[in-house]
Amino acid sequence: MSAIIITITSGKGGVGKTTATANISAALAMQGKRVVAIDADIGLRNLDVVMGLENRIVYDLVHVVEGACRPRQAMIKDKRLTGLYLIPAAQSRDKSAVSPQDMIDVCEKLRPDFDFIFIDSPAGIEQGFKNAIAPADQVLIITTPEVSAVRDADRIIGLIEADEKGPARLIINRLRPDMIQRGDMLDTTDVIEVLAIDLLGVVPDDESIIVATNRGVPAVMENNSQAGQAFRNIAGRLLGQDIPLMEMEAPSSWLRRFSRLVRRT
Amino acid sequence: MNLLKRLFGRQEPTSREIAKNRLQLVLVQDRVNMSPQLLQTLKDELIAVISKYVEIDVDGMEVTFTQSKRQSRLTADIPVVGARARR
Repeated sequence: MSAIIITITSGKGGVGKTTATANISAALAMQGKRVVAIDADIGLRNLDVVMGLENRIVYDLVHVVEGACRPRQAMIKDKRLTGLYLIPAAQSRDKSAVSPQDMIDVCEKLRPDFDFIFIDSPAGIEQGFKNAIAPADQVLIITTPEVSAVRDADRIIGLIEADEKGPARLIINRLRPDMIQRGDMLDTTDVIEVLAIDLLGVVPDDESIIVATNRGVPAVMENNSQAGQAFRNIAGRLLGQDIPLMEMEAPSSWLRRFSRLVRRT
Repeated sequence: MNLLKRLFGRQEPTSREIAKNRLQLVLVQDRVNMSPQLLQTLKDELIAVISKYVEIDVDGMEVTFTQSKRQSRLTADIPVVGARARR
């Protein structure tokens, strides 16, 4: 086995990096893959609570880097999904406790034992971000269809290209079909046109994500979560499966279809 | 409402269109790291240099950054009125 190392980043905070990391990792484990998710947001750890593994932390990433434990000892095994592991971030340290080379070393030690290593990047473009992308084979950028998030995504795309980690692929999160239909939200085509990068997936804005996070159960494990389905699709695409983008119907889709018809004529 | 607006010709752009336009403009500046003021300075200096050789229509001049994919391109469209009399 030789893992593909994938970093999930965004520039702007709060657009869904941690949720995406937890869900894509879990979805790949559901497909029988061995996956470890690493929380690189040192000082602001959250991947543990989103994955529901916060009560079982003994060692963290900084312990591994400082040699206080072996990588294997810091890995928390998800009891619900075979093959899924988490290496949590340290909560009482800061970004300077880890260097880009440390991240490369840790990932290379883990690489032979896994199919995928996911790194949940902190927001921003400073040290924590540099640590997170240093070991990456592939970078996934997550944005929401908002001006500020798209602008920050563009900045990140430029930095990743400069670092020769590209081409990055994009996930658009929290899309609201009803708002797009009203002309009040950028749609997938707009965002792709502005950023000029490849699209990996689109995730609808979905309450079930909040419910799943409340419970500490990734939404991909819920059958009736739309966002969960979108993340499962993204995982499938990472495995090379040809999965079309999800149809996102706004509540009154007949009106949209009719207005499209009118515009076409 | 939306449908009626579309049928009878919409006057106001939607917030989506405004967002897209604003993004495209701000990203051009971000990518080349150039403020509108600096672009104006560039334009003024271009005028000064080119005017030494040919007479140009300053009002009809357009200096813009365009994007194709992620490549930025500086385009100067400068109408020439006539050659300067050679000294």
